[in-house]
Amino acid sequence: MPPFRGTVGAMAGGNRAALEAEALVKRYGEREALRGVSFSASAGELVAVIGPNGAGKTTLLSILAGILKPDGGGVAVEEGRVGWVPQQAALYRRLTVEENLLLFARLEKHEDPRASTEQMLELTDLGERRGEIVARLSGGNQQRINIAIGLLARPRVLLLDEPSVGLDPRQRARLWEFVSGLADDGTTVIFSTHDIQEAERYGGRLLVLADGEALFDGAPAQLREAVRREAPEAADRDFETAFVAYLHHRGH
Amino acid sequence: MRWLLLKDLQILRRSPLQATLLVLYPVLIAVLVGFAISRDPDKPRVAFLNEVPADSRISVGGEQLPSSNVSDRICRRVECVEVGDREEAEAKVSSGDVLAALILPANLVDKINSLSTLSPGTPKVEVLVNEEDPVKAGLVNDRIDALLAQANLAISRRIATEGSRYLDLVINGGELELLGQRFPILGLRASAQILTALEPALDPRLRASLREVTHFADEARDNLDVAGPLIDRLAQPIAVEKVAVGGSSPPLEIFAIAVAATLTLAFVTVLLVAGSLALEREENAFPRLTRGLVSREALLAEKVLLGVAIGLVVTLLLLAGMQIFVPLQWDRFGLWLVAILAGGGALAAAGAALGAAAREVRAVSLLAFMVTLPIAFLSLVPSGAVGGGVYDAIKVLTAVFPFKPTLQAISAALDSAGSGIGGPLVHLAILIVAYGLLARFALRRFAAV
Ligand SMILES: Nc1ncnc2c1ncn2[C@@H]1O[C@H](COP(=O)(O)OP(=O)(O)OP(=O)(O)O)[C@@H](O)[C@H]1O
Ligand SMILES: [Mg+2]
Repeated sequence: MPPFRGTVGAMAGGNRAALEAEALVKRYGEREALRGVSFSASAGELVAVIGPNGAGKTTLLSILAGILKPDGGGVAVEEGRVGWVPQQAALYRRLTVEENLLLFARLEKHEDPRASTEQMLELTDLGERRGEIVARLSGGNQQRINIAIGLLARPRVLLLDEPSVGLDPRQRARLWEFVSGLADDGTTVIFSTHDIQEAERYGGRLLVLADGEALFDGAPAQLREAVRREAPEAADRDFETAFVAYLHHRGH
Repeated sequence: MRWLLLKDLQILRRSPLQATLLVLYPVLIAVLVGFAISRDPDKPRVAFLNEVPADSRISVGGEQLPSSNVSDRICRRVECVEVGDREEAEAKVSSGDVLAALILPANLVDKINSLSTLSPGTPKVEVLVNEEDPVKAGLVNDRIDALLAQANLAISRRIATEGSRYLDLVINGGELELLGQRFPILGLRASAQILTALEPALDPRLRASLREVTHFADEARDNLDVAGPLIDRLAQPIAVEKVAVGGSSPPLEIFAIAVAATLTLAFVTVLLVAGSLALEREENAFPRLTRGLVSREALLAEKVLLGVAIGLVVTLLLLAGMQIFVPLQWDRFGLWLVAILAGGGALAAAGAALGAAAREVRAVSLLAFMVTLPIAFLSLVPSGAVGGGVYDAIKVLTAVFPFKPTLQAISAALDSAGSGIGGPLVHLAILIVAYGLLARFALRRFAAV
């Protein structure tokens, strides 16, 4: 299948899907970062992508976001309504918190950019530090702004690449509270994480990637089931240990 | 796009070092160039010993020149250090205090005066040089050669005039002054007339011979008439007539100002555009922006606009600063704007291509210097200073980068005496398009690691 990027419905399948990816292949020279990953998500779904370092999570999310072109397969998604929060903060470190938010609110053509900025300042709890240069903020606080900028797109599909890294427990709670709220309102959220508990707790569905292949796609309870089946010796341990044993059994 | 522009200006404001450099740099250039062009070029220091008695006069054919003005003339071209005697002159030369010593011996004027007598001598001047620095020694030699050539020319003119006067005397007759006494000279013309008048009174056999003599006198007169201008020409055999071919050049100081302005414009725009484009990538903002928020073309246009705007302001500041040293033709302000905008546009487009290709702020700054500086120097190499093949290569190289056409456009805009601005503007327009396309092409792999 030639690479394509089209609107939902252009592909065979249910019309309820907000996002569909089929047989995605991505190569970096010799290395195959994705080897034919297919995947779809419907409106309001929260999907967690988990897997070891270098599994291809960022590559997958970047292709879904339209930043990378796949070497094979295609993505069907409603153009222009995909929000993206990259793993590496994408913001202007020499601008203040407020200037960053205002700039992207304006670029997103919000009717009232200042109001959106206020909303995001409140969400990130950075209202008091609005005038500070981003470079002088802690890593976690920079990540908060990184996420807020992604949210400014008011997307139908929100892609978050390891969003909770560097956030303190309180901020994590706020983040997931907000993201869950978005999903309740019909936004499709796809996030990657190394925190298995987080994935299990917030992900309505889990996609397990390893070495560019999808090992598993289903509900958390089903993953527990699969782990118990394939790595019975670790079944009584905590989920993370059991998951590692499961990956080991699968050869990763 | 305006929000991106605003953002870049905010970032610029936040980088005090960068912003200060952007303003300080042109001011510094302006001051340096200003001083360089308002000061006389360095005169070499030369020890000067004039042993010629103050009351002696150079006299040729009765006319007298005061010898004192010889030293005035010399000291206009070199910085004269008066010395009392030969030893002092030698000491100053060997210590390096002066580059050379010029000694006019006491008998110089007498020898010069002897040139128009029947026993001419050879006037000599003495030059002591310290040749430890070859460049300076060459400079001194050139100046002394030029001085001597001038002196020789002045004297030979006098002698030639004198020679013509004698010749005139032979042809037309008159009075010759020699050793304070006056001798009447008949002259060929009068001789011939006398002979013609005598002719009827002579024996017919003698008439034929006499006619031959008259004929010779006429012939000689006619031919010697031609000799006069010939002798004049001897004084200065080759006259120089300068015809400017291939572009009239503006006054030197205007050219220097154009160089300063172009250098400033080039560094400010290239560095700014290339740097701020690379910064988009370094801040990871590029993928975020180009995911539907801004097109790549718009982003490039924004950077070019930023570079042109800041470059224009800084260059105008520089020109205003130069006004302190040299009056500029402010009535041509419109043309200045056109030249700076076109040049800035091409330089900014080149900067965008550079930034898109180099991708990292540090690499970009280094590359901008490494490209701009040599191109700027090469653009200033005059034709004839290097071999033909090399110059052709330089010509091609400097035509590919916007520095030289910008320099041409700005000097044409600054001064009405310069060549036309049309050619450089067309050249710049082509470069804008070419570098714009190049930058757009380079952006395709911009986000990759
Ligand atoms: N620009 C690139 N050039 C070459 N190889 C790359 C590039 N980006 C990613 N890769 C390779 O592709 C594979 C997948 O990388 P990716 O970043 O998608 O992994 P990941 O699952 O996000 O890892 P992590 O958990 O560490 O973020 C890795 O082997 C990586 O080395
Ligand atoms: Mg990753």
